[in-house]
Amino acid sequence: MRLFKKRPYIPIQKTNVDADKAPFVPDGLFVKCPNCKQSIYSKELGQERVCPNCQYPFRISAQERLQLTVDQGTFEEWDEDVISTDSLDFPGYDEKLKKAQINSGLREAVVTGRATIDSMELAIGIMDSNFIMGSMGQAVGEKITRLFEKATAQKLPVVIFTASGGARMQEGILSLMQMAKTSAAIKNHSDQGLFYLTVLTDPTTGGVTASFAMLGDIILAEPGALVGFAGRRVIEQTIKEALPEDFQSAEKVLEHGFIDKIVDRKELRTMISQLLTLHSR
Amino acid sequence: MAEAMDIVSIARQTDRITTTELIEAIFDDFIELHGDRAYKDDAAIVGGVGSLNGQSVTIIGNQKGHELEENLKRNFGSPHPEGYRKSLRLMKQAEKFNRPIINFVNTSGAYCGVEAEERGQGEALAKNLLEMSSLKVPILSIIIGEGGSGGALALAAGNQVWMMEFSIYSILSPEGFASILWKDSKRSGEAAEIMKLTSYDLLEMEVIDKIIYEQKDDQKIAQDQVLNTLKAEISDEISRLSMKTAEELVQERYERFRKF
Repeated sequence: MRLFKKRPYIPIQKTNVDADKAPFVPDGLFVKCPNCKQSIYSKELGQERVCPNCQYPFRISAQERLQLTVDQGTFEEWDEDVISTDSLDFPGYDEKLKKAQINSGLREAVVTGRATIDSMELAIGIMDSNFIMGSMGQAVGEKITRLFEKATAQKLPVVIFTASGGARMQEGILSLMQMAKTSAAIKNHSDQGLFYLTVLTDPTTGGVTASFAMLGDIILAEPGALVGFAGRRVIEQTIKEALPEDFQSAEKVLEHGFIDKIVDRKELRTMISQLLTLHSR
Repeated sequence: MAEAMDIVSIARQTDRITTTELIEAIFDDFIELHGDRAYKDDAAIVGGVGSLNGQSVTIIGNQKGHELEENLKRNFGSPHPEGYRKSLRLMKQAEKFNRPIINFVNTSGAYCGVEAEERGQGEALAKNLLEMSSLKVPILSIIIGEGGSGGALALAAGNQVWMMEFSIYSILSPEGFASILWKDSKRSGEAAEIMKLTSYDLLEMEVIDKIIYEQKDDQKIAQDQVLNTLKAEISDEISRLSMKTAEELVQERYERFRKF
């Protein structure tokens, strides 16, 4: 069967370039803005990671968000040991989880805990779209629920930054149950007269929109954030026509009355601080 | 046992019993009430007051049609936000008058359309979940055909959740699920098997509390008989739940969903 034997390709000798002489181009020096499509010198994004051209706030990690939001060194994480398990024996899910953990440096799609902002104590939850698109499975639902239960017991306001593609499909119906679970915990917190603020960031959709994202006493959003229940593609398939680009932008959702205020990332911390103050006296 | 996708087909059959037919068969003196008091009346959800063995109850459900014409009017049982807001208005009304609530779920999901988005589909579903969690009256939800996603859950956050044997309850349709995960909606049969969307699977997972059987020893049970059983089961359950205090009902409902 020699006929079918794969012949070796001609190997190309790797040339050794003198590292000192080669032009130095570090990775990530330029980034493309997903909103205005301009190439941006990444340093120009600043610590807040906002496009200098169109003001679009880039998606940021939970860690970066914490640094921008809470008083330095005050964050104390809660329930970091709550992680997803493959309870439905879903093919490939275990590997997907492991990969997500390695790639994002997170254990789940939300980080929760207690911190202060301008010395005011609060319970805070930050979703991270780097972890399986911020999707909500049992672990995310459990961490959000515990966040509210602890905040209710400790009489703390809650601030949540949402970023999610919706329910985690690999956990099936158990993901769906998280919507009822988190909403009930929010109700108990609310009935104690405690303040809940949501900040919708890009993207906030599906089961997260249809539960804790839309249940804030006050709902803020970052400019240009995608906010919706059904995905654009699903709607386009349902109604068989193309939709305008900004159809589910935070600005449109505000126009329709479902967001209180759109706040630039640079002003967000001050706005949250102000709202916490107004709700503490 | 039938394959999951066969059950999906049965759950979707247009000759399956509808909410209004169930109301007719089980309850007396039903009066349909319309509108969300904010925007309009959504025909995909019917609701109103009636009585069960002399006790006043509120009954709400997704309405599908047997024929295309009615299905178009009912939007195939897929509500817009105003449908959920109507259901919440009627549930709050039930709470005020201390009436138990019986919800019949039969929807492939909350409608995915431009206007549904503009009128806040996500907010409407979330508000139902929030408010239902603290209602001081019994809530019994029964999935009678399709129970799709948040649109089903927004009527199914009850003290008890039951399924007709050949109904389905899932995070998404098997077609949507296959399309998201494998970019191929034709693998829906495979998806249906993995998703655990049948009444048998969901009872085992304790997502539901009871199955109303539609067949025995591989023989279809006559519809009259199924309805008699259903009426007896609903009556027993409503009597049982009505013995509980408001605090017990709220606490038990909290714990029911807290365990997942």
